[in-house]
Amino acid sequence: MPEKYHITTKPVPPRRPRIGKYGIVDWREDCARCHNCVKKACVYDRHRDEIKYIRDLETVDALFFDCMGCFSCVQDCTKNLLCLTINPEYEKLGNSYWTPEIILTTWAQAETAKIPVSGAGYGGKFSGYGFDSMWTDMSEIVRPTRDGIHGREYISSAVDIGHNSSFLVLNGDDVVSPLSPILSTPMPLVIDRIPDKYALPKLDAIIVETAVKTGLITLVDARKWPLAGVDADKCLPHIAFYFAAGAAMLSEEILKKTQLAEIEDDRNVKSRIRALKQIHPGIVVAVRVELTAGGMQRAIDLADEDVEVIHIVADSNGREIGSEHPMFIKDMIRKVHRSLIENGRRDDVTIIAGGGIALPEHMVKGVLCGADLVSIDLPLLVGLECHLCHQCGDSHTCPAKIQEISLSYGVGRMTNLISAWHDQLVELMGAMGMRDARRLRGDVGRAMFFEQLEEEAFGRLFGNRLQA
Amino acid sequence: MADFLEIDCKLEDIIPEKTRKTRTPQFKQARTVRPAPPRYRNEISKYIILRNEELCLKCGKCVEICPQGVHVKSLGYKYFAQPHSHLCFGPVCEKKGCYCITACPQGALRIQENPMMKALGDYRWPAEMILATWKMAENGECPSEDYGYDFETGKSEGGFDRIRFKFPDRPPVELKDEEIDTSIELNRRHDGRARIRIDVPWYGGGMSFGSVSNTTQLSKARAAVAWNTFSCTGEGGFMERMRPYDDHMITQVATGLFGVREETIQRVPIVEFKYAQGAKPGLGGHLLGDKNTQAVAKMRETVIGISLFSPFPFHSVYSIEDHQKHIDWVKHINRRALISTKVSTPNDVDMVAVGSYSAGTHIIHLDGGYGGTGAAPDIAKKNIAMPIEYAIPKVHNFLMAEGAREQVTLVASGGIRNPYDVAKAIALGADGVVIGTVEMVALGCVRCNRCSAGRGCPRCIATTDKTLAAKIDLEWGAQRLINTYNAWRNEVVSILRRLGLRSVSELRGRSDLLMHLDYTNVVVEREA
Repeated sequence: MPEKYHITTKPVPPRRPRIGKYGIVDWREDCARCHNCVKKACVYDRHRDEIKYIRDLETVDALFFDCMGCFSCVQDCTKNLLCLTINPEYEKLGNSYWTPEIILTTWAQAETAKIPVSGAGYGGKFSGYGFDSMWTDMSEIVRPTRDGIHGREYISSAVDIGHNSSFLVLNGDDVVSPLSPILSTPMPLVIDRIPDKYALPKLDAIIVETAVKTGLITLVDARKWPLAGVDADKCLPHIAFYFAAGAAMLSEEILKKTQLAEIEDDRNVKSRIRALKQIHPGIVVAVRVELTAGGMQRAIDLADEDVEVIHIVADSNGREIGSEHPMFIKDMIRKVHRSLIENGRRDDVTIIAGGGIALPEHMVKGVLCGADLVSIDLPLLVGLECHLCHQCGDSHTCPAKIQEISLSYGVGRMTNLISAWHDQLVELMGAMGMRDARRLRGDVGRAMFFEQLEEEAFGRLFGNRLQA
Repeated sequence: MADFLEIDCKLEDIIPEKTRKTRTPQFKQARTVRPAPPRYRNEISKYIILRNEELCLKCGKCVEICPQGVHVKSLGYKYFAQPHSHLCFGPVCEKKGCYCITACPQGALRIQENPMMKALGDYRWPAEMILATWKMAENGECPSEDYGYDFETGKSEGGFDRIRFKFPDRPPVELKDEEIDTSIELNRRHDGRARIRIDVPWYGGGMSFGSVSNTTQLSKARAAVAWNTFSCTGEGGFMERMRPYDDHMITQVATGLFGVREETIQRVPIVEFKYAQGAKPGLGGHLLGDKNTQAVAKMRETVIGISLFSPFPFHSVYSIEDHQKHIDWVKHINRRALISTKVSTPNDVDMVAVGSYSAGTHIIHLDGGYGGTGAAPDIAKKNIAMPIEYAIPKVHNFLMAEGAREQVTLVASGGIRNPYDVAKAIALGADGVVIGTVEMVALGCVRCNRCSAGRGCPRCIATTDKTLAAKIDLEWGAQRLINTYNAWRNEVVSILRRLGLRSVSELRGRSDLLMHLDYTNVVVEREA
């Protein structure tokens, strides 16, 4: 069996007090001081943990919220003095898209590298906005292989970036047709640049180290090179330099150690690609296209112009940029993918989709909708205990004190998160009966969409669906 | 075929009665509803009453006016006890003229919605549905309308939660409750195997020993006995202690084959093949290491403390023909047993169902993606397979088109939370349903999702920790479930009466009695 992709992880505990979903409000003034207080009976000893936390507290800047929300102490207190509430700090996390649930599960994965597991079934909404309006299909019988516990050890999560030749011309055993450069990445994920508003010292170096450790590719703004404290020889194969319009080229010596570069979309795209290829013929060049009103059409047009890789990027919530009625990234990927198929160009170009990829299922669903791979930025930042409160953008102090993190903490947390995402990718591929991530691309036969299921199941029973 | 049997096998040897049945006397459990008050001292209420002691004159007006007994002032005491807020109907009392808030001459009383309601439950199981289920488990009746609990629908904004019955102003036929039949037939194949009829259109879903406590399993079994229905062992093996319940048990043959032996298959009237489960479609069962105690490990013939991940699927089944071999194997071992095939809800669930029917199954059990009680990766809970609301009409219609519908029993699970969900599932095309989470809630579950690891459930239901499990009394647990079943049956009868239907079987596939709040509800012929 070929060597399998494996990420070595170890738990990286949080630096800050946990922000749990629940908090116990305790009206102590009427307490009967029972010697067998219900708090002592907490199944998970959370009340003792709280006492210890308060005892060791140096500064009172965060309360203890690690309650499991079982109501046992609340319901058994002899004086009925306890009350369970949703922690207001929890409710403040993130925003309407990056919900507190997403923030919390990302923190847990960054800490443990484990797939989140819980009991009692699903408690969320029936369907929802964006990626929540689709389901992956599963196979009752077909499996990746007949061997192994789940056949998972045979699942390949690797994908290619670059132009795939649709046929080869051979002369005897020699390939005579020109071969385009191509590179493989061990999972359909690219680490994007963290938006400038979140720029923090050390962050780029941490991300680059994470890319090395996980074997992924990360985008780095060419203007920032060289990065302090980064071993260039080790890191350059995992770096894809991003060249903004008008940005100067890097030296041949540096570029030749990389495999992928990305340029900002402008009118001179073709000449800039040519310039890069002249320096390093083996490099794959991506063009970054922001999904504004004309973004999708621009991506389709670029494919016609023989661009190898197109990186389409929505805003951080997955929405079309600058539109009053924005499309969601899922629908934009589908539209671009379908157009490329209709134009007969789909296999000529790699599509990387970014913006709004917040959970591992978004990665899988993005690929099912037609992207070859997705790019992420904010999940890695959240993995560092970021609250997505945007205070840093307003020049206020970061409540998570990310500026103080160490390299080992940052790399450990990000690596754990990527590892957990990879495991969940494999989990979903196992359930779908898929063995190769390359074959996930655009396989809507392995996906089910809300609109389609509603029409099939309820359309014939209840007529037409009312528009919202 | 007959010649072959006579020559080689002797027909009399394979008749159903020849299968070895348990000789253990079977447990008798009365169907009587008895009060089963909550285990906890303080009940969670929808409203809380706050008394300003400084303003209160202790006149006792509130005690006099409240018919519910919310306010208590014991004889000889100067002060009131804490208000029994869980009995409070809330502002609805104002219309009835028994509103303590306005009756208090000093304005010393205040009412407010309990802030804990926000922390209890979730979109699928909102707090009011949990509180209503607790009332059903306590008294055997659905809570009166005065409580204002909306337990008929959740807040998931789709599926059953957007579907309603179109009740006529007057039922087309006036029926008494006693005239309404809620029983369903489980064997429609007329293949010489037992005709099994259960008195209510549901049975208990599989929860293995390991995932839930011994007491929980036995409580479920007793409720099944009382209501002449079934409970299921799940995939964790079939305890010796369950022998007195064998006639009302379904034993599960799942991919891990934990504790599956010929002897266990022979004990029961129904054997269920679990191909997939709604909690984690496409994945095998999960039992995390902490819950794999000595007793569990012994039952499952594994090593203590290691996490058990069942494979997926059966590695001996890669076609319907392979599935048929499995069914034939069990039918041969237990010649009286009916076969149930539990599958999840992929896009081709209709094909899977017809294939399973052709392989010889008696019951097709669809387990939709939103249900489940056991440990599951969070990513699997929402994102794999379709919700049951879509799968039921899909399978029902396909079975009808294939002419197989009357030869097979279709049951559905995965998000059946209340009697209205039962009726809606049947109206969409199922014969009956399988329930699980509601049984946990009836036993006191608050859906905190902590059943998967560590000591397990802090509410002592889904745990193998002896100290925790001992906190639930078996008699109490069984009574809570019997009461819940009673409340559900009464409500199903009420639904049928309002629709003018004599039996639950008449409701099957009557989607014309339903409406969807997001649709025009004007049916237009669609192209095939």
